[in-house]
Amino acid sequence: MGPQTRRHPLAEWFHRRGWSDLIIGLPYLWLLVLFLLPFVIVVAMSVATRTPTAPPFGYGGDNPVINLNGYARLLHDDLYIRAFLTSLLNAANAMILCLLIGYPMALGLTRVSKNWRNVLLMLVILPFWTSFLLRVYAWMGLMGKNSWFNGLLTSLWNWATPEGWAVTSIPMMHSNFAVVLVMVYTYLPFMILPLYSSLERLDPALDEAAMDLGTRPFGVFLDVTLPQSVPGIIAGGLLVFIPAAGELVIPTLVGDAAQPMIGRVISDEFASARDWPMASSVAVALLLIMVVPTMIYSHYQAKADTGERK
Amino acid sequence: MPDQPAPFLRIDGVSKTFGTFQAVKDVSLTIAKGEIFALLGGSGCGKTTLLRMLAGFEEPTAGRIWLDGQDMTGVPPWERPVHMMFQSYALFPHMSVAKNIGYGLKHEKLTKDQRMARVREMLDLVQLTPFADRKPHQISGGQRQRVALARALARQPKLLLLDEPLAALDKKLREHTQFELMSIQERTGVTFIVVTHDQEEAMTLADRIAVMDKGQVKQVGAPGHVYEHPDSRFVANFLGSITQFPARVSSVATDRATVEVPAFGATVETGLIPGLAAGEALTLAIRPEKLTILREKPAGLNAIPGEIKDLAYFGKDSLYRVILPSGELISVHAVNAKREDNRPDWYDKIWLGFEPASAILLRD
Repeated sequence: MGPQTRRHPLAEWFHRRGWSDLIIGLPYLWLLVLFLLPFVIVVAMSVATRTPTAPPFGYGGDNPVINLNGYARLLHDDLYIRAFLTSLLNAANAMILCLLIGYPMALGLTRVSKNWRNVLLMLVILPFWTSFLLRVYAWMGLMGKNSWFNGLLTSLWNWATPEGWAVTSIPMMHSNFAVVLVMVYTYLPFMILPLYSSLERLDPALDEAAMDLGTRPFGVFLDVTLPQSVPGIIAGGLLVFIPAAGELVIPTLVGDAAQPMIGRVISDEFASARDWPMASSVAVALLLIMVVPTMIYSHYQAKADTGERK
Repeated sequence: MPDQPAPFLRIDGVSKTFGTFQAVKDVSLTIAKGEIFALLGGSGCGKTTLLRMLAGFEEPTAGRIWLDGQDMTGVPPWERPVHMMFQSYALFPHMSVAKNIGYGLKHEKLTKDQRMARVREMLDLVQLTPFADRKPHQISGGQRQRVALARALARQPKLLLLDEPLAALDKKLREHTQFELMSIQERTGVTFIVVTHDQEEAMTLADRIAVMDKGQVKQVGAPGHVYEHPDSRFVANFLGSITQFPARVSSVATDRATVEVPAFGATVETGLIPGLAAGEALTLAIRPEKLTILREKPAGLNAIPGEIKDLAYFGKDSLYRVILPSGELISVHAVNAKREDNRPDWYDKIWLGFEPASAILLRD
C-alpha cells in the first residue's frame, strides 16, 4: 500500500460530496448574504428608535428596546395607508393592462414561424438595451403639454367630443394615469416572457382535439389554452405586480406628488425625514404584502407539481 | 375479398400540396360503413395528411371527400361528424377522465342527466369507471389510450380516425388493445380509419388495407389478398419479408409459365399474371415461408440447390439464409413442426422447393 493510494480524509470527502455540495450551496449562500442578511438588518432597524445621531437610530433609552412605534403609525397615519392603496391600485392596473396587451402578443409569438419568432422575441427585449431613465424621460416628453403626441390626442379629443368640452391640452403628466402608462410600457416584457414560455409548451394537438370535438376556435382558447396558461399568467402577474408596487423612479418622475406611492414614502423617510426605523417598518410591511401571497401560491404550485409527477 | 357495399366514405381524386411538396397525389378510395380500413405506409408517405384532410384540419388542394352523401369540402373540423384519436392522445391535462370523455357532448342538445349517462356508458365501454375522477397524468399509458378512444366515440361519430393508435403502447399491451379495439368497433358499428406504419397492426386490425408510398395509394385490398398478391415490388417488400430476383419469361402455357431466373441457375414454373408473354423481363419474388428445405432434390416441385449460410433457431420456428449457386442469398422460414434432431445446419448442402403458385411475378 503506497501512500499515493490513500487520500487525506478531507480530500476524500471533497471528491465524494464536495463538488455537489458546493454547487448546491452557492445559491443558498447568495440568498443568505444578499437577501436574508440585509432583510434581518432592515427588520432590526424597523424596531429601533429614531435618534439624532449617525446612523440615526438606536436601541433603548426612554423607549423599549423593541420599539413598535413605526408599525403603529403604519396603521394609524392615513398617509401610509393611502400610499399603500395608491401603490397596490397602480400596480394592479399596470398588471391587468400588461396581461391584456401581453397575452395576445405571447400567443402570437407561439404561432409564427421559428425565424420570425426569434426576431420578434428580440424586439420584445430590445427596449432593455436603452437606459431605463432615458425611456422614462422620453415618455415625459411625449406626455408633456407641448408635445406632438399630446397635440395629436388633444385634436382627436376635440374632434370627437361636443364643442363645450374642448381643451387646449390633455393633462397626462403627474397623474396615476401617467404612472400606469409608463409602468405598463416598462414591465410589459416581464409579462410576455413567462406567458410565452408557458404557452409555447402547450401541445398544439390539444387545440386540434378540442376543435375536432366540436369547439370553435374562440371556445378552444377558453377551454384549452387559457386554463393551461394559468401558471404563466400568475408568474407574469407577479413579475409585473411586485416591482410595480414598490416602484420609485416612475412615480417620482411622472406621478402625482400629492398621491405618493409607497416607494416614494420609503425613500422620503430614509432621505428627507431621516426616520430610518419608520422607513424600515414601511419596507417590512411592503415585503410582507408581497411575499405572503407569493408563498401561498408557490406552496400550492409545488403541491400541484408533485401531483403531476406522481 | 369481401363484397363491397355502397360507399359510405368516398375519397375522390384528392391531392394535397404544401408549397412545392406534393404530400398526397390523386388518391381515390371508397370505404364501406362499419369497415375498419387501414392506411399503411412509411413516414412521409402521405397517410397522416390524408387523415388530417378527413378530419378537416387540412383542405385538399384538389379533389373531394364525400361522407354519407355529404360533400365535406369547406366544412370546418368542428362541424364534421368525424372524430379523431390522436397519436399523442391529446387528452386535456387539466380535466378529469370523465370531463375529457364528456367534453364533446357539451355541443349536443342533451340534458345534464343524459350527458352523464353517456359518459358513464363510455367509461363502461372502455372499462375505466373506477378512474373517472383521475387526471390524465394519474393513469397509465394504456388507460390514457382508452380515454382518448372513449372521448372520440362519445359523440357517436360517423367516422373515427385513429392516428397510430397502438404506437405508444408496449408490445404486450398492444396485442391486448388490438383485440379490444376490434371488439369496441364491432359493438359500436362506427367506421374506423386507422393510420399506421406497422404492417402487423394493419393486417390484424383492418378489414382492408391501402398501402401508400410517396403520396400515392399503391394497392388496396383485404390483408390476405395484399400479402399474397402484391402487385408491385414496393408492396411486396413493405408487407412481410420477401426475396426478389430479376427473371425472364421463357414460355407461357395455359395455366403456368416457365421463368428463367439467373440467380437460381435454373428455370422455374410459376402461376400466370395477365398479359404474360415469352421474353418479358420482370421480377420473381418469393416469401421465406413458402420455401421448403429438403435433403434430396424433390420431384414435381420447383427445386433450387443451395447451401446454408446462416441460421437462427427460435424454437417453434427457424430462419435460414441460404446461399444460391450464383452467390445470392435467399431467406427461408421453417416451422419446426416435428421433433427432430437432424435439422439443417451450417454449411449443409440442401435443396429449396416451392409450389409454382407461391412464386410472385412483379412487373412494377
